[in-house]
Amino acid sequence: MILAVASGKGGTGKTTVAVNLALAVSEQTTDHTGSQVILLDCDVEEPNAALFLEPTIVRRREVGVLVPDVRADQCTGCGRCAQVCQYHAVALVKGRVLVFPELCHGCGSCSLCCPEGALSEKMRVTGAIERGIVSASFQFAQGILNVGEAMAVPVIRQLKRSTIPRDSRPHLVILDAPPGTSCPVVETLRGSDLALLVTEPTPFGLHDLQLAVEVARGELRLPVAVVINRDGVGDQGVERYCQAKGIPVVMRIPMDRRIAEAYAEGHPLLEALPEYRQRFLDLYQRVQEVAKQ
Amino acid sequence: MKQLVILSGKGGTGKTTVAAAWAHLASQEAPIVIADADVDAANLELVLAPTRLETHNFVSGNVAVIDSQGCTACGTCVTVCRFGAVVARNGSYAIDGSACEGCAACFYQCPVQAIRLEEQRVGQWYRSRTRFGPLFHARLFPGKENSGKLVTLVKQHARLLALNTGASLLLVDGPPGIGCPVIATCSGAQRALLVTEPTASGVHDLQRILAIAERLRVPALVLVNKADLSPAKTQEIEAMCATSGVEVIGHIPFDEQVTRSMVCGQPVTAQADSPASVGLQRAWERARALCSV
Repeated sequence: MILAVASGKGGTGKTTVAVNLALAVSEQTTDHTGSQVILLDCDVEEPNAALFLEPTIVRRREVGVLVPDVRADQCTGCGRCAQVCQYHAVALVKGRVLVFPELCHGCGSCSLCCPEGALSEKMRVTGAIERGIVSASFQFAQGILNVGEAMAVPVIRQLKRSTIPRDSRPHLVILDAPPGTSCPVVETLRGSDLALLVTEPTPFGLHDLQLAVEVARGELRLPVAVVINRDGVGDQGVERYCQAKGIPVVMRIPMDRRIAEAYAEGHPLLEALPEYRQRFLDLYQRVQEVAKQ
Repeated sequence: MKQLVILSGKGGTGKTTVAAAWAHLASQEAPIVIADADVDAANLELVLAPTRLETHNFVSGNVAVIDSQGCTACGTCVTVCRFGAVVARNGSYAIDGSACEGCAACFYQCPVQAIRLEEQRVGQWYRSRTRFGPLFHARLFPGKENSGKLVTLVKQHARLLALNTGASLLLVDGPPGIGCPVIATCSGAQRALLVTEPTASGVHDLQRILAIAERLRVPALVLVNKADLSPAKTQEIEAMCATSGVEVIGHIPFDEQVTRSMVCGQPVTAQADSPASVGLQRAWERARALCSV
Protein backbone atom coordinates (compact mmCIF):
# COMPACT_ATOMS: atom_id res chain seq x y z
CA MET A 1 0.00 0.00 0.00
CA ILE A 2 0.99 3.61 -0.47
CA LEU A 3 0.58 5.62 2.71
CA ALA A 4 1.08 9.40 2.71
CA VAL A 5 1.88 11.09 6.02
CA ALA A 6 0.78 14.72 5.88
CA SER A 7 -0.38 17.46 8.24
CA GLY A 8 -1.19 20.95 7.01
CA LYS A 9 0.61 22.55 9.93
CA GLY A 10 4.37 22.16 10.10
CA GLY A 11 6.21 20.60 13.01
CA THR A 12 3.39 18.34 14.16
CA GLY A 13 5.39 15.11 13.87
CA LYS A 14 5.00 13.87 10.27
CA THR A 15 8.60 12.72 10.07
CA THR A 16 8.46 11.08 13.51
CA VAL A 17 5.41 9.03 12.49
CA ALA A 18 6.75 8.18 9.02
CA VAL A 19 10.21 7.13 10.23
CA ASN A 20 9.09 5.05 13.20
CA LEU A 21 6.25 3.34 11.37
CA ALA A 22 8.71 2.41 8.63
CA LEU A 23 11.26 1.10 11.14
CA ALA A 24 8.71 -0.94 13.09
CA VAL A 25 7.20 -2.57 10.01
CA SER A 26 10.56 -3.20 8.30
CA GLU A 27 11.82 -5.10 11.36
CA GLN A 28 8.81 -7.41 11.00
CA THR A 29 9.19 -7.92 7.27
CA THR A 30 10.77 -11.27 6.50
CA ASP A 31 13.10 -11.34 3.53
CA HIS A 32 11.66 -14.43 1.83
CA THR A 33 8.41 -12.64 0.98
CA GLY A 34 10.41 -10.09 -0.99
CA SER A 35 8.26 -7.31 0.38
CA GLN A 36 9.90 -4.09 1.38
CA VAL A 37 9.28 -0.93 3.29
CA ILE A 38 10.11 2.06 1.10
CA LEU A 39 10.17 5.53 2.59
CA LEU A 40 10.16 8.57 0.31
CA ASP A 41 10.94 11.94 1.85
CA CYS A 42 8.78 14.22 -0.33
CA ASP A 43 9.46 17.35 1.77
CA VAL A 44 12.06 18.35 -0.79
CA GLU A 45 12.38 21.91 0.55
CA GLU A 46 13.42 20.69 3.98
CA PRO A 47 14.01 16.90 3.92
CA ASN A 48 14.69 15.57 7.43
CA ALA A 49 13.93 11.83 7.49
CA ALA A 50 17.54 10.93 6.59
CA LEU A 51 18.75 12.63 9.79
CA PHE A 52 16.96 9.93 11.77
CA LEU A 53 17.46 6.94 9.47
CA GLU A 54 21.09 7.56 8.40
CA PRO A 55 20.65 5.51 5.22
CA THR A 56 23.60 4.45 3.09
CA ILE A 57 23.09 6.50 -0.07
CA VAL A 58 23.83 4.32 -3.08
CA ARG A 59 22.67 6.51 -5.94
CA ARG A 60 22.25 10.21 -6.64
CA ARG A 61 20.68 11.62 -9.77
CA GLU A 62 20.13 15.23 -10.74
CA VAL A 63 16.58 16.14 -11.72
CA GLY A 64 14.89 19.26 -12.95
CA VAL A 65 12.74 20.86 -15.58
CA LEU A 66 12.98 20.47 -19.39
CA VAL A 67 13.36 24.01 -20.70
CA PRO A 68 13.35 25.14 -24.35
CA ASP A 69 16.61 25.48 -26.23
CA VAL A 70 16.43 27.68 -29.34
CA ARG A 71 18.39 26.74 -32.45
CA ALA A 72 19.04 30.25 -33.71
CA ASP A 73 19.74 29.17 -37.31
CA GLN A 74 16.27 27.61 -37.63
CA CYS A 75 14.26 30.25 -35.73
CA THR A 76 12.38 32.68 -37.98
CA GLY A 77 11.29 34.89 -35.07
CA CYS A 78 7.59 34.22 -35.66
CA GLY A 79 6.88 34.44 -31.92
CA ARG A 80 4.50 31.49 -31.75
CA CYS A 81 6.42 30.05 -28.74
CA ALA A 82 6.01 33.27 -26.75
CA GLN A 83 2.32 33.35 -27.66
CA VAL A 84 1.56 29.84 -26.37
CA CYS A 85 3.66 29.98 -23.17
CA GLN A 86 1.34 30.47 -20.20
CA TYR A 87 4.16 31.27 -17.75
CA HIS A 88 5.89 34.18 -19.53
CA ALA A 89 8.97 31.98 -19.75
CA VAL A 90 9.47 32.71 -23.47
CA ALA A 91 9.50 36.20 -24.95
CA LEU A 92 10.15 37.64 -28.38
CA VAL A 93 12.39 40.70 -28.19
CA LYS A 94 13.44 42.46 -31.42
CA GLY A 95 12.74 39.35 -33.45
CA ARG A 96 14.77 37.09 -31.14
CA VAL A 97 13.47 34.45 -28.76
CA LEU A 98 14.48 34.89 -25.13
CA VAL A 99 13.96 32.10 -22.59
CA PHE A 100 13.57 32.70 -18.83
CA PRO A 101 14.30 29.21 -17.48
CA GLU A 102 13.25 29.94 -13.84
CA LEU A 103 9.68 30.63 -14.99
CA CYS A 104 9.42 27.51 -17.18
CA HIS A 105 7.21 24.64 -15.96
CA GLY A 106 8.63 22.25 -18.58
CA CYS A 107 5.30 21.59 -20.29
CA GLY A 108 6.86 21.34 -23.76
CA SER A 109 4.07 23.30 -25.41
CA CYS A 110 6.42 25.79 -27.10
CA SER A 111 8.47 23.14 -28.86
CA LEU A 112 5.28 21.33 -29.95
CA CYS A 113 3.93 24.59 -31.41
CA CYS A 114 7.10 25.80 -33.16
CA PRO A 115 6.35 25.60 -36.90
CA GLU A 116 10.08 25.36 -37.77
CA GLY A 117 11.01 22.69 -35.24
CA ALA A 118 13.58 25.17 -33.96
CA LEU A 119 13.02 24.42 -30.27
CA SER A 120 14.54 21.40 -28.59
CA GLU A 121 14.67 20.88 -24.85
CA LYS A 122 17.42 20.65 -22.29
CA MET A 123 17.34 19.78 -18.63
CA ARG A 124 17.67 22.63 -16.17
CA VAL A 125 18.79 21.03 -12.90
CA THR A 126 16.71 22.15 -9.91
CA GLY A 127 17.41 19.37 -7.45
CA ALA A 128 18.43 15.78 -6.90
CA ILE A 129 17.03 12.41 -5.99
CA GLU A 130 18.98 10.16 -3.66
CA ARG A 131 18.31 6.49 -3.09
CA GLY A 132 19.65 4.51 -0.21
CA ILE A 133 19.34 1.52 2.06
CA VAL A 134 18.43 1.48 5.73
CA SER A 135 18.29 -2.32 6.08
CA ALA A 136 17.69 -5.41 3.96
CA SER A 137 13.94 -4.80 4.09
CA PHE A 138 13.96 -1.00 4.17
CA GLN A 139 14.73 1.19 1.17
CA PHE A 140 14.96 4.95 1.34
CA ALA A 141 14.71 7.78 -1.19
CA GLN A 142 14.59 11.55 -0.88
CA GLY A 143 14.23 14.57 -3.12
CA ILE A 144 16.33 17.65 -2.46
CA LEU A 145 15.38 21.01 -3.96
CA ASN A 146 18.43 23.15 -4.66
CA VAL A 147 18.62 26.28 -2.49
CA GLY A 148 17.23 29.25 -4.42
CA GLU A 149 14.98 27.15 -6.65
CA ALA A 150 11.28 27.98 -6.43
CA MET A 151 9.44 24.89 -7.69
CA ALA A 152 9.24 21.80 -5.49
CA VAL A 153 6.65 19.95 -7.55
CA PRO A 154 8.90 18.72 -10.41
CA VAL A 155 11.34 17.21 -7.89
CA ILE A 156 8.52 15.47 -6.00
CA ARG A 157 7.01 14.19 -9.25
CA GLN A 158 10.28 12.68 -10.43
CA LEU A 159 11.01 11.24 -6.98
CA LYS A 160 7.69 9.39 -6.97
CA ARG A 161 7.93 8.28 -10.60
CA SER A 162 11.38 6.83 -10.27
CA THR A 163 11.12 5.10 -6.89
CA ILE A 164 7.58 3.80 -6.34
CA PRO A 165 7.43 0.24 -7.73
CA ARG A 166 4.92 -0.32 -10.50
CA ASP A 167 3.14 -2.87 -8.36
CA SER A 168 3.19 -1.35 -4.90
CA ARG A 169 0.81 -3.90 -3.33
CA PRO A 170 3.35 -6.23 -1.69
CA HIS A 171 5.22 -3.27 -0.24
CA LEU A 172 4.57 -0.57 2.30
CA VAL A 173 5.43 2.72 0.59
CA ILE A 174 5.46 5.63 3.03
CA LEU A 175 5.48 9.19 1.70
CA ASP A 176 6.64 11.87 4.14
CA ALA A 177 4.80 14.96 2.83
CA PRO A 178 5.76 18.63 3.09
CA PRO A 179 3.68 20.90 5.36
CA GLY A 180 0.89 23.05 3.94
CA THR A 181 -2.05 22.30 1.68
CA SER A 182 -0.96 23.57 -1.74
CA CYS A 183 0.56 22.01 -4.86
CA PRO A 184 3.54 20.15 -3.32
CA VAL A 185 1.18 18.39 -0.90
CA VAL A 186 -1.25 17.47 -3.68
CA GLU A 187 1.63 16.09 -5.76
CA THR A 188 2.69 13.94 -2.80
CA LEU A 189 -0.78 12.66 -1.89
CA ARG A 190 -1.95 11.87 -5.42
CA GLY A 191 -2.19 8.12 -6.03
CA SER A 192 -1.92 7.16 -2.35
CA ASP A 193 -4.19 4.61 -0.71
CA LEU A 194 -4.58 6.62 2.47
CA ALA A 195 -3.62 9.99 3.94
CA LEU A 196 -2.45 9.72 7.52
CA LEU A 197 -2.77 13.22 8.98
CA VAL A 198 -0.61 14.09 11.97
CA THR A 199 -1.84 16.94 14.13
CA GLU A 200 -1.57 18.40 17.60
CA PRO A 201 -4.57 19.15 19.83
CA THR A 202 -4.36 22.94 19.59
CA PRO A 203 -6.33 25.59 17.65
CA PHE A 204 -3.47 25.88 15.11
CA GLY A 205 -3.38 22.10 14.72
CA LEU A 206 -7.15 21.88 14.26
CA HIS A 207 -7.32 24.75 11.76
CA ASP A 208 -4.64 23.22 9.54
CA LEU A 209 -6.02 19.69 9.95
CA GLN A 210 -9.33 20.90 8.52
CA LEU A 211 -7.49 22.27 5.48
CA ALA A 212 -5.56 19.02 5.06
CA VAL A 213 -8.80 17.02 5.19
CA GLU A 214 -10.25 19.30 2.50
CA VAL A 215 -7.32 18.44 0.24
CA ALA A 216 -7.05 14.72 0.97
CA ARG A 217 -10.71 13.81 1.29
CA GLY A 218 -12.36 16.67 -0.61
CA GLU A 219 -10.05 17.19 -3.60
CA LEU A 220 -8.36 13.81 -3.92
CA ARG A 221 -11.07 11.51 -2.49
CA LEU A 222 -8.61 9.61 -0.30
CA PRO A 223 -9.52 7.84 2.92
CA VAL A 224 -8.07 9.75 5.88
CA ALA A 225 -7.02 8.84 9.41
CA VAL A 226 -5.56 11.02 12.15
CA VAL A 227 -2.64 10.71 14.57
CA ILE A 228 -2.80 13.10 17.51
CA ASN A 229 0.70 14.03 18.64
CA ARG A 230 1.54 15.78 21.94
CA ASP A 231 -1.76 14.45 23.24
CA GLY A 232 -2.71 16.19 26.47
CA VAL A 233 -1.65 19.74 25.59
CA GLY A 234 -4.17 22.24 24.29
CA ASP A 235 -7.88 21.51 24.05
CA GLN A 236 -10.53 19.06 22.82
CA GLY A 237 -11.14 20.70 19.44
CA VAL A 238 -9.35 18.07 17.30
CA GLU A 239 -11.13 15.16 19.02
CA ARG A 240 -14.52 16.79 18.54
CA TYR A 241 -13.82 17.60 14.91
CA CYS A 242 -12.70 14.04 14.09
CA GLN A 243 -15.76 12.59 15.78
CA ALA A 244 -18.11 14.95 13.93
CA LYS A 245 -16.50 14.18 10.57
CA GLY A 246 -16.22 10.42 11.15
CA ILE A 247 -12.43 10.48 10.88
CA PRO A 248 -10.77 7.65 12.83
CA VAL A 249 -8.09 8.68 15.33
CA VAL A 250 -5.68 5.78 14.89
CA MET A 251 -2.94 6.75 17.33
CA ARG A 252 -2.27 9.14 20.19
CA ILE A 253 1.29 10.03 21.14
CA PRO A 254 1.38 11.74 24.54
CA MET A 255 3.30 14.92 25.35
CA ASP A 256 6.51 13.43 26.74
CA ARG A 257 9.79 15.25 27.23
CA ARG A 258 11.75 12.05 26.48
CA ILE A 259 10.20 11.95 22.99
CA ALA A 260 11.11 15.60 22.40
CA GLU A 261 14.68 15.00 23.56
CA ALA A 262 15.19 11.94 21.33
CA TYR A 263 13.83 13.96 18.42
CA ALA A 264 16.17 16.85 19.25
CA GLU A 265 19.19 14.53 19.11
CA GLY A 266 18.04 13.02 15.82
CA HIS A 267 17.34 9.57 17.32
CA PRO A 268 14.29 7.60 16.17
CA LEU A 269 11.63 7.32 18.87
CA LEU A 270 11.82 3.49 18.70
CA GLU A 271 15.47 3.59 19.74
CA ALA A 272 14.84 5.83 22.73
CA LEU A 273 11.54 4.24 23.80
CA PRO A 274 11.38 0.64 22.47
CA GLU A 275 7.91 0.17 24.00
CA TYR A 276 6.58 2.19 21.05
CA ARG A 277 7.46 -0.61 18.58
CA GLN A 278 4.19 -2.45 19.23
CA ARG A 279 2.22 0.80 19.12
CA PHE A 280 3.50 1.56 15.63
CA LEU A 281 2.70 -2.00 14.52
CA ASP A 282 -0.82 -1.46 15.86
CA LEU A 283 -0.95 1.78 13.90
CA TYR A 284 -0.06 -0.15 10.73
CA GLN A 285 -2.87 -2.60 11.46
CA ARG A 286 -5.35 0.26 11.93
CA VAL A 287 -4.43 2.12 8.76
CA GLN A 288 -4.73 -1.08 6.72
CA GLU A 289 -8.25 -1.54 8.09
CA VAL A 290 -9.20 2.07 7.33
CA ALA A 291 -7.78 1.86 3.79
CA LYS A 292 -9.82 -1.30 3.11
CA GLN A 293 -13.14 0.22 4.16
CA MET B 1 8.96 52.19 7.32
CA LYS B 2 10.85 48.97 8.05
CA GLN B 3 9.82 45.54 6.84
CA LEU B 4 10.60 42.56 9.06
CA VAL B 5 9.71 39.05 7.85
CA ILE B 6 9.54 35.98 10.06
CA LEU B 7 10.68 32.69 8.51
CA SER B 8 11.94 29.32 9.70
CA GLY B 9 12.54 26.73 6.99
CA LYS B 10 11.17 24.01 9.24
CA GLY B 11 7.48 24.24 10.07
CA GLY B 12 6.12 24.42 13.58
CA THR B 13 9.09 26.18 15.19
CA GLY B 14 6.95 29.07 16.45
CA LYS B 15 6.86 31.71 13.68
CA THR B 16 3.24 32.65 14.35
CA THR B 17 3.72 32.67 18.12
CA VAL B 18 6.56 35.17 17.68
CA ALA B 19 4.64 37.21 15.09
CA ALA B 20 1.60 37.59 17.36
CA ALA B 21 3.73 38.51 20.38
CA TRP B 22 5.79 41.04 18.47
CA ALA B 23 2.69 42.56 16.85
CA HIS B 24 1.37 43.04 20.38
CA LEU B 25 4.60 44.60 21.66
CA ALA B 26 5.35 46.74 18.59
CA SER B 27 1.83 48.17 18.40
CA GLN B 28 2.18 49.55 21.93
CA GLU B 29 5.04 51.76 20.72
CA ALA B 30 3.91 52.98 17.30
CA PRO B 31 1.34 52.13 14.60
CA ILE B 32 2.24 49.02 12.59
CA VAL B 33 0.81 47.01 9.69
CA ILE B 34 0.73 43.21 9.82
CA ALA B 35 0.74 40.71 6.94
CA ASP B 36 0.32 36.94 7.03
CA ALA B 37 2.29 35.56 4.09
CA ASP B 38 1.49 31.95 4.95
CA VAL B 39 -1.47 31.82 2.59
CA ASP B 40 -1.45 28.04 2.63
CA ALA B 41 -2.15 27.43 6.31
CA ALA B 42 -2.68 30.87 7.79
CA ASN B 43 -2.79 30.80 11.57
CA LEU B 44 -2.06 34.36 12.67
CA GLU B 45 -5.76 35.21 12.51
CA LEU B 46 -6.45 32.60 15.19
CA VAL B 47 -4.60 34.84 17.65
CA LEU B 48 -5.36 38.28 16.21
CA ALA B 49 -9.13 37.65 15.77
CA PRO B 50 -9.43 40.03 12.82
CA THR B 51 -12.59 41.82 11.70
CA ARG B 52 -12.71 41.51 7.91
CA LEU B 53 -13.19 44.85 6.17
CA GLU B 54 -12.61 43.76 2.56
CA THR B 55 -12.64 40.43 0.73
CA HIS B 56 -11.16 40.08 -2.76
CA ASN B 57 -11.07 37.13 -5.11
CA PHE B 58 -7.71 35.97 -6.36
CA VAL B 59 -7.72 34.63 -9.92
CA SER B 60 -4.55 33.07 -11.23
CA GLY B 61 -3.79 30.76 -14.12
CA ASN B 62 -6.08 28.55 -16.14
CA VAL B 63 -7.37 25.04 -16.06
CA ALA B 64 -8.17 23.03 -19.19
CA VAL B 65 -11.70 21.71 -19.75
CA ILE B 66 -12.60 19.07 -22.35
CA ASP B 67 -15.95 19.42 -24.09
CA SER B 68 -17.22 15.84 -24.16
CA GLN B 69 -19.54 16.62 -27.11
CA GLY B 70 -16.72 17.73 -29.39
CA CYS B 71 -14.11 15.22 -28.19
CA THR B 72 -13.33 12.40 -30.63
CA ALA B 73 -11.24 10.52 -28.06
CA CYS B 74 -8.17 10.63 -30.32
CA GLY B 75 -5.90 10.75 -27.26
CA THR B 76 -3.63 13.57 -28.44
CA CYS B 77 -4.15 15.43 -25.17
CA VAL B 78 -3.03 12.41 -23.14
CA THR B 79 0.17 12.21 -25.16
CA VAL B 80 1.10 15.87 -24.81
CA CYS B 81 0.20 16.38 -21.13
CA ARG B 82 3.30 16.02 -18.96
CA PHE B 83 1.41 16.44 -15.71
CA GLY B 84 -0.78 13.35 -15.93
CA ALA B 85 -3.84 15.60 -15.86
CA VAL B 86 -5.79 13.93 -18.68
CA VAL B 87 -7.76 10.91 -17.49
CA ALA B 88 -9.89 8.44 -19.44
CA ARG B 89 -13.56 8.66 -18.52
CA ASN B 90 -16.59 6.94 -20.14
CA GLY B 91 -14.83 6.25 -23.43
CA SER B 92 -13.70 9.84 -23.63
CA TYR B 93 -11.24 12.03 -21.73
CA ALA B 94 -11.51 14.52 -18.89
CA ILE B 95 -9.12 16.84 -17.05
CA ASP B 96 -8.12 16.21 -13.45
CA GLY B 97 -8.16 19.80 -12.21
CA SER B 98 -5.88 19.02 -9.28
CA ALA B 99 -3.11 17.90 -11.66
CA CYS B 100 -3.60 20.46 -14.47
CA GLU B 101 -0.97 23.22 -14.47
CA GLY B 102 -2.82 25.28 -17.07
CA CYS B 103 0.02 25.05 -19.60
CA ALA B 104 -2.43 24.87 -22.53
CA ALA B 105 -0.38 22.26 -24.43
CA CYS B 106 -3.56 20.17 -24.88
CA PHE B 107 -5.56 23.25 -25.90
CA TYR B 108 -3.13 24.02 -28.74
CA GLN B 109 -2.68 20.39 -29.87
CA CYS B 110 -6.32 19.22 -29.88
CA PRO B 111 -7.11 18.60 -33.58
CA VAL B 112 -10.85 19.32 -33.15
CA GLN B 113 -10.66 22.29 -30.72
CA ALA B 114 -12.64 20.43 -28.07
CA ILE B 115 -10.56 21.87 -25.23
CA ARG B 116 -11.02 25.30 -23.68
CA LEU B 117 -9.18 27.14 -20.90
CA GLU B 118 -11.02 28.51 -17.91
CA GLU B 119 -9.69 31.07 -15.48
CA GLN B 120 -9.24 29.69 -12.03
CA ARG B 121 -10.31 31.42 -8.84
CA VAL B 122 -7.68 29.96 -6.53
CA GLY B 123 -8.08 31.99 -3.37
CA GLN B 124 -9.16 35.13 -1.56
CA TRP B 125 -7.33 37.92 0.19
CA TYR B 126 -8.56 40.15 2.95
CA ARG B 127 -7.96 43.51 4.57
CA SER B 128 -8.87 43.29 8.22
CA ARG B 129 -8.74 45.26 11.44
CA THR B 130 -7.13 43.80 14.56
CA ARG B 131 -6.44 45.15 18.02
CA PHE B 132 -2.75 45.52 17.04
CA GLY B 133 -3.27 47.22 13.68
CA PRO B 134 -4.42 46.51 10.11
CA LEU B 135 -3.88 42.92 8.92
CA PHE B 136 -3.55 41.73 5.33
CA HIS B 137 -4.03 38.00 4.92
CA ALA B 138 -5.25 35.46 2.41
CA ARG B 139 -6.48 31.98 1.86
CA LEU B 140 -5.30 29.88 -1.01
CA PHE B 141 -7.98 27.28 -1.68
CA PRO B 142 -6.81 23.81 -0.64
CA GLY B 143 -4.68 22.05 -3.22
CA LYS B 144 -4.08 25.07 -5.46
CA GLU B 145 -0.74 26.20 -6.81
CA ASN B 146 1.14 28.46 -4.41
CA SER B 147 3.22 30.32 -6.95
CA GLY B 148 4.06 33.18 -4.63
CA LYS B 149 1.75 35.55 -6.55
CA LEU B 150 -0.82 35.67 -3.75
CA VAL B 151 1.94 36.29 -1.21
CA THR B 152 3.25 39.16 -3.35
CA LEU B 153 -0.25 40.64 -3.63
CA VAL B 154 -0.87 40.51 0.13
CA LYS B 155 2.49 42.10 0.81
CA GLN B 156 2.03 44.83 -1.80
CA HIS B 157 -1.25 45.97 -0.28
CA ALA B 158 0.16 45.83 3.24
CA ARG B 159 3.21 47.83 2.19
CA LEU B 160 1.13 50.53 0.47
CA LEU B 161 -1.04 51.03 3.52
CA ALA B 162 2.00 51.13 5.78
CA LEU B 163 3.59 53.82 3.59
CA ASN B 164 0.37 55.83 3.27
CA THR B 165 -0.39 55.82 6.97
CA GLY B 166 3.17 56.45 8.14
CA ALA B 167 3.41 53.13 10.00
CA SER B 168 6.83 52.46 11.46
CA LEU B 169 6.87 48.73 10.77
CA LEU B 170 5.46 46.12 8.43
CA LEU B 171 5.59 42.81 10.28
CA VAL B 172 5.25 39.74 8.04
CA ASP B 173 4.56 36.20 9.29
CA GLY B 174 6.02 33.88 6.64
CA PRO B 175 5.45 30.34 5.39
CA PRO B 176 7.67 27.30 6.09
CA GLY B 177 10.02 25.86 3.47
CA ILE B 178 12.42 27.53 1.04
CA GLY B 179 10.44 27.53 -2.24
CA CYS B 180 8.28 30.05 -4.15
CA PRO B 181 6.19 31.43 -1.27
CA VAL B 182 9.29 31.99 0.87
CA ILE B 183 11.18 33.69 -1.94
CA ALA B 184 8.13 35.94 -2.53
CA THR B 185 7.96 36.72 1.20
CA CYS B 186 11.58 37.88 1.34
CA SER B 187 11.20 40.45 -1.41
CA GLY B 188 11.63 44.00 -0.12
CA ALA B 189 12.38 43.00 3.47
CA GLN B 190 15.02 44.84 5.53
CA ARG B 191 15.46 41.93 7.93
CA ALA B 192 14.47 38.29 8.19
CA LEU B 193 13.97 36.78 11.62
CA LEU B 194 14.62 33.05 11.42
CA VAL B 195 12.87 31.14 14.20
CA THR B 196 14.50 27.80 14.88
CA GLU B 197 14.54 25.05 17.50
CA PRO B 198 17.45 23.07 18.93
CA THR B 199 16.73 19.79 17.15
CA ALA B 200 18.55 17.87 14.43
CA SER B 201 15.85 18.92 11.96
CA GLY B 202 15.87 22.51 13.19
CA VAL B 203 19.63 22.83 12.64
CA HIS B 204 19.47 21.22 9.19
CA ASP B 205 16.60 23.42 8.04
CA LEU B 206 18.10 26.60 9.49
CA GLN B 207 21.16 26.05 7.32
CA ARG B 208 19.01 26.06 4.18
CA ILE B 209 16.92 29.10 5.12
CA LEU B 210 20.12 31.01 6.06
CA ALA B 211 21.40 30.26 2.57
CA ILE B 212 18.16 31.62 1.07
CA ALA B 213 18.36 34.84 3.09
CA GLU B 214 21.97 35.32 2.04
CA ARG B 215 21.14 34.66 -1.60
CA LEU B 216 18.28 37.17 -1.53
CA ARG B 217 20.49 39.63 0.37
CA VAL B 218 18.15 39.99 3.34
CA PRO B 219 20.17 40.31 6.58
CA ALA B 220 19.10 37.54 8.97
CA LEU B 221 18.60 37.38 12.74
CA VAL B 222 18.06 34.10 14.57
CA LEU B 223 15.79 33.33 17.50
CA VAL B 224 16.06 29.92 19.21
CA ASN B 225 12.71 28.67 20.46
CA LYS B 226 12.46 25.94 23.15
CA ALA B 227 16.18 26.58 23.66
CA ASP B 228 16.39 24.54 26.89
CA LEU B 229 15.21 21.38 25.13
CA SER B 230 18.75 20.61 24.01
CA PRO B 231 21.60 22.86 25.21
CA ALA B 232 23.97 20.97 22.89
CA LYS B 233 21.93 21.70 19.76
CA THR B 234 21.45 25.31 20.89
CA GLN B 235 25.25 25.61 21.03
CA GLU B 236 25.48 24.07 17.58
CA ILE B 237 23.06 26.73 16.26
CA GLU B 238 25.08 29.50 17.93
CA ALA B 239 28.32 28.21 16.42
CA MET B 240 26.71 27.97 12.99
CA CYS B 241 25.37 31.53 13.23
CA ALA B 242 28.72 32.87 14.44
CA THR B 243 30.40 31.32 11.38
CA SER B 244 27.83 32.95 9.07
CA GLY B 245 28.08 36.28 10.91
CA VAL B 246 24.41 36.15 11.95
CA GLU B 247 23.33 37.33 15.39
CA VAL B 248 21.32 35.08 17.69
CA ILE B 249 19.06 37.69 19.25
CA GLY B 250 17.47 35.54 21.89
CA HIS B 251 16.46 32.25 23.44
CA ILE B 252 12.88 31.35 24.31
CA PRO B 253 12.57 28.63 26.95
CA PHE B 254 10.01 25.83 26.62
CA ASP B 255 6.93 27.14 28.41
CA GLU B 256 3.48 25.57 28.64
CA GLN B 257 2.02 29.07 28.73
CA VAL B 258 2.66 29.25 24.96
CA THR B 259 0.02 26.59 24.21
CA ARG B 260 -2.36 27.98 26.84
CA SER B 261 -2.16 31.43 25.24
CA MET B 262 -2.84 29.91 21.80
CA VAL B 263 -5.92 28.12 23.13
CA CYS B 264 -7.21 31.43 24.54
CA GLY B 265 -6.44 33.33 21.32
CA GLN B 266 -3.95 35.60 23.09
CA PRO B 267 -0.35 36.53 22.29
CA VAL B 268 2.09 34.96 24.76
CA THR B 269 3.13 38.46 25.82
CA ALA B 270 -0.38 39.25 27.10
CA GLN B 271 0.97 37.61 30.27
CA ALA B 272 4.03 39.72 30.99
CA ASP B 273 5.87 37.43 33.39
CA SER B 274 5.87 33.88 31.94
CA PRO B 275 9.36 32.64 30.92
CA ALA B 276 8.52 32.60 27.18
CA SER B 277 6.94 36.05 27.42
CA VAL B 278 10.07 37.49 29.06
CA GLY B 279 12.24 35.90 26.34
CA LEU B 280 10.04 37.30 23.58
CA GLN B 281 10.11 40.80 25.11
CA ARG B 282 13.93 40.78 25.35
CA ALA B 283 14.31 39.48 21.81
CA TRP B 284 11.90 42.14 20.53
CA GLU B 285 13.93 44.92 22.19
CA ARG B 286 17.06 43.64 20.45
CA ALA B 287 15.33 43.23 17.06
CA ARG B 288 13.84 46.69 17.37
CA ALA B 289 17.22 48.25 18.02
CA LEU B 290 18.81 46.34 15.12
CA CYS B 291 16.02 47.25 12.68
CA SER B 292 15.88 50.84 14.04
CA VAL B 293 12.11 50.74 14.42
